[in-house]
Amino acid sequence: MKAAIVTFPGTNRERDMRVALKRATGRDPLMLFHRDALPQGLDLVVLPGGFSYGDYLRCGAMAAQSPIMRDVKDFAAKGGHVLGVCNGFQILIEAGLLPGGLLRNRTLRFLSMDCTLRVERAGTAFTSRWQKGATFRAPMAHGDGNYFADDATLDRLEGEGLVAFRYVDERGEATEAANRNGSVRNIAGILSPNLRVCGLMPHPEDLVDDLMGGTDGLPMFESLAEAFAAA
Amino acid sequence: MKARVYVMPKAGVLDPQGKAISHALEGLGFGGVNDVRAGKVIELDLAETDPARAKAAAEDMARRLLANTVIESFRVEIA
Repeated sequence: MKAAIVTFPGTNRERDMRVALKRATGRDPLMLFHRDALPQGLDLVVLPGGFSYGDYLRCGAMAAQSPIMRDVKDFAAKGGHVLGVCNGFQILIEAGLLPGGLLRNRTLRFLSMDCTLRVERAGTAFTSRWQKGATFRAPMAHGDGNYFADDATLDRLEGEGLVAFRYVDERGEATEAANRNGSVRNIAGILSPNLRVCGLMPHPEDLVDDLMGGTDGLPMFESLAEAFAAA
Repeated sequence: MKARVYVMPKAGVLDPQGKAISHALEGLGFGGVNDVRAGKVIELDLAETDPARAKAAAEDMARRLLANTVIESFRVEIA
């Protein structure tokens, strides 16, 4: 798999992502800065977490306008796979690659804790190693992760099976208590209609080794590795 | 020509900041505050001298960058 990680001033989770991709694929991803051009022949582009451009205006709004995002949009338009985690999810939304918006957490608190996610859409390049309904632990660390979209958009996402992950409790129930940031319908991650762009707030890349405290997030990267095994 | 862009959380969209400000005002003893919504004001100094064109340009800027119209509404005033 040929993967590239795109960073902006203020990105800070790129090394975690690099470790996760390398662990699952055995190949070191290409590390790109916002001024670089996206090279040809990539299988996957990843936008990692952080605070790009100091979260000025809105989280992800400045990064979404940076030159490399034009390349990322072209890449996605041609059917390329793109993963955005945390600030990367915010950037994908601001760039119009995924619908909705991410509001301030309803508690107004920065949430730094583990959450439990339920896989709502299996069988994609990001989720094939899980069964639908499987739950796994994922760390989260964000101040603006409160997913919002209007009812028509939400109904379309649900109807087309584009909700990737939901916040759930330990029994796998999508309760209000498990929904710490207040996301509408407990949505933690979504997919584009062609299932090739995926964004989520929690950090599967931070649980990919027993030394990190677990490997709950590894299936995402193994799924990607499997999807592009021939490449 | 100056343009002022008012960006506000859309009606019906949760505004946690507004809520927190409301609670803080209550804590300070200000009664009778029914609701607080917190937004932002962005001032633009434009080379354009025609008010209608300046307003149209500022509205285009708001739609494309200054506001996320999924969660925010905006209004432009020309000064």
